[in-house]
Amino acid sequence: MEIPYTVTARPDTGLYNAKVGIWLFLASEVMLFGGLFSAYIFLRLGATHWPHHILNVPMGLFNTMVLISSSITMVMAWSSLKMRQFSSYRKWLGITLFCGVLFLSVKSVEYKDKFHHYGIILNSGQEITGHLAMTEEEAIHSDVLKIKPDPENAGDFLFQLKSIFSKPEGEEKVLEIPKKEIRWWSNFVPKYNTYLATYFTMTGIHALHILGGLLVLGYFWGPGAALYRTNPEHLANRVEVAGLFWHFVDLVWIFLFPTLYLF
Amino acid sequence: MDSEMSMTSQAAHGHHEGHEEISWIRKYVFSTDHKMIGYQYMVTSLFVALFAFFLMVLMRWQLSFPGKPIPIFGPILEKLLGSSMAPGGVMTPQLYNSFGAMHGTMMIFMALVPALFAGFGNFVVPLQIGAPDMAFPRLNMASFWLFFVGVLIMMVSFFVPGGAAKSGWTSYTPLADFADMGPGFHPIFNGQTLWLIGMAFNITGSLLGSVNIITTIIQLRTKGLSWMRLPVFVWSELVTAFLLLLAFPPLESAAIMQLMDRLFGTSFFSPEGLIINGKHADISGGGSSILWQHLFWFLGHPEVYVQILPTMGIVGEIFANNTRKPLWSYKVFVYSLLAIGFLSMIVWAHHMYMTGMGQAVTSFFQIFTTIISIPSVLLGTVLLLSLWGASIRFNVPMLFALAWLPMFGIGGLTGLPLGWTASDVVLHDTYYVIGHFHYMMAPASLLALFAGIYYWFPKATGRYMNEFLGKIHFWPTFIFFNGIFFPMLVQGFAGVHRRWYDGGAGWQMAQNVLWLNQVMSFSAWALAIAQIPFIINFFWSLFAGKKVTDDNPWQATTLEWATPTPPGHGNFLHPVAVYRDPYEYSVPGYKQDYLPQWEPDERLSKEGKLSQVPF
Repeated sequence: MEIPYTVTARPDTGLYNAKVGIWLFLASEVMLFGGLFSAYIFLRLGATHWPHHILNVPMGLFNTMVLISSSITMVMAWSSLKMRQFSSYRKWLGITLFCGVLFLSVKSVEYKDKFHHYGIILNSGQEITGHLAMTEEEAIHSDVLKIKPDPENAGDFLFQLKSIFSKPEGEEKVLEIPKKEIRWWSNFVPKYNTYLATYFTMTGIHALHILGGLLVLGYFWGPGAALYRTNPEHLANRVEVAGLFWHFVDLVWIFLFPTLYLF
Repeated sequence: MDSEMSMTSQAAHGHHEGHEEISWIRKYVFSTDHKMIGYQYMVTSLFVALFAFFLMVLMRWQLSFPGKPIPIFGPILEKLLGSSMAPGGVMTPQLYNSFGAMHGTMMIFMALVPALFAGFGNFVVPLQIGAPDMAFPRLNMASFWLFFVGVLIMMVSFFVPGGAAKSGWTSYTPLADFADMGPGFHPIFNGQTLWLIGMAFNITGSLLGSVNIITTIIQLRTKGLSWMRLPVFVWSELVTAFLLLLAFPPLESAAIMQLMDRLFGTSFFSPEGLIINGKHADISGGGSSILWQHLFWFLGHPEVYVQILPTMGIVGEIFANNTRKPLWSYKVFVYSLLAIGFLSMIVWAHHMYMTGMGQAVTSFFQIFTTIISIPSVLLGTVLLLSLWGASIRFNVPMLFALAWLPMFGIGGLTGLPLGWTASDVVLHDTYYVIGHFHYMMAPASLLALFAGIYYWFPKATGRYMNEFLGKIHFWPTFIFFNGIFFPMLVQGFAGVHRRWYDGGAGWQMAQNVLWLNQVMSFSAWALAIAQIPFIINFFWSLFAGKKVTDDNPWQATTLEWATPTPPGHGNFLHPVAVYRDPYEYSVPGYKQDYLPQWEPDERLSKEGKLSQVPF
């Protein structure tokens, strides 16, 4: 038994099955991220306070570039396959994979950075953010928190850019705050505030999508590419469909970046 | 390869495949054949339905005789779930709550939708459009197994410490954010978290399933089967699949956020300053429970149409077949389905009038809730007028389909007072609501489910179900459904709250209607007994029912009856093409009273040859 239109297009729709399938799937993905984005809007509209400049904009910008490039190389990979240039296909898809891995690496550096960034809310309601001047273990048991507060210009683009490559040359003074003056302190985990909760949830789900895309593309770069010998058009179709998913995930990031980093 | 070639290759290899040796596990367990997956869905969801029905029967004992030990099943519950849940065979409030939540969740998400949408959809849709299988057979298998894992997780959740989820099928926050978080809380193995994980599996499965159904309908329609020649069941499946595709993902994102709330201390759905068990809740605050309600009902409302739309399709098929005339207005039927599908996506907040939305928003949702009754009434009218002047064949499927019509009517009309804020304020969260939606979920959905089973059973198995057993299944089922749900409407007017554990015994105003609890409970137990003939009929007919002698036992016109009985792997022996509209019954001047879609007839149709049939 053979299912019609797996490789060739149905004449009246002009599409092969998988292409219809992926567009429908992407429609559902739009609704999935739509749910998250509407939650973001809903919560932000109701919030009394919304933090700004917590994230590292140069890093996010770099990652945006990485993903846009990967979309371009994705198209190159597919068009190489359409023109039956197999080695060129391998090369372009390889670059796409590299970009995806690079994106995830940068993202994990950003995550790690957040987990080492602390915020302290004093009994007066004032919030101090910065890095601990002691180990976490010490901080939990000590009566005093020693913290190097973020400098005033911590939100500046240039400051953030420098902070990626060297230790930020801010004020080196260490604040010592007795615990009894502190209402609450924590590192920047999802629980810290609603903003970070949305940040980690949305970028986390996006990162899972990138990971899924990498697995699929990796398969078509490696074992799945064997299909080229028997049915190159089928492989081209599969790569096209995977590519559509990849572009979609990029597009989601293009919405996430301004939403979380800039606004 | 062009389409002509794929057609012939399908014809050449099509039936061979059926004779190839497939291992037992590939054939019955990890099958990629749409018919087998349809059976798997149907059997699994019927079992789940039976189980969830059983939960209800126990709850009805508690409501009729509050605080009394349950006979026979009480001691079993105590043994199974521990004496903290059912001490001395008496149902505790916690157990009652978890039964209520699981009855709703399982009936809606794991019994009715899988049976009506996926069960019938998988079996019937490819046959009705002349396709060899679904567009993505392996994805189809994955959908079923994702659903199955979801069911297993729900079942297992009864046995974790603290028992299954208790926050209702809607899982409202902030209650659900903190449910089961008492002493001995395990982050994963607790009722509410398992509910979320089970739902995530279920949602993913139904998403993939709806992608598959839509693609199949768009791409694999056979030659000549243009959109306006599709059987109404295929249309109803298409609309349903779109609802599932677009409405379910927001609930998945909501489920992810609730998981974050439960596991990582975020507070998407919980406000600041919550005191839980006398302690300040350790959360960041700033969330909103209304957000959960929006995200939930954005699915939750279309979801109820997901169940009722396929039943409309089933009933339409059976009506056309047993009135022996075309549906009174096929196009009105189809456009009504589409209109209902679209409108159901923009009325969700009529479940939320009590949350204090603004006037403008409320007006919007009231207007569209009312407008949705127009296509619904049109649809009912199409079916009703189809009966006009027909010489109806009162076989078992037709009895069930006929009974669907008034049940759908009651369910729909009782919904109107809930769609308007003025009356909703009074009726909200009373038994009236329970009565209203159960009329849609239980009598309407289940009667059509049975109608469909009796109707397609001969095609699926090659044997008829017994007519006599069918009739003694039908009459008590129809009567006792009303015995359960009509008194609920009355109790609702007396203000009996839907979640009262004592059935209203503690409330002065409810004393006049308390006796109805027993009417309802006796009806429920009688309904349970009335299903025994069906179960006997089902299994007995499977092995010893009267054999079908013709591939088209009901003299029907749609394509599923053009296959061998039961259809083999690959479905059709020859390439089929469609020459006419779906319900050409009693065509004047034709030798028999039905003219199948696949029969070329030179005298009645100019398009005689296969090659001339356009796409």
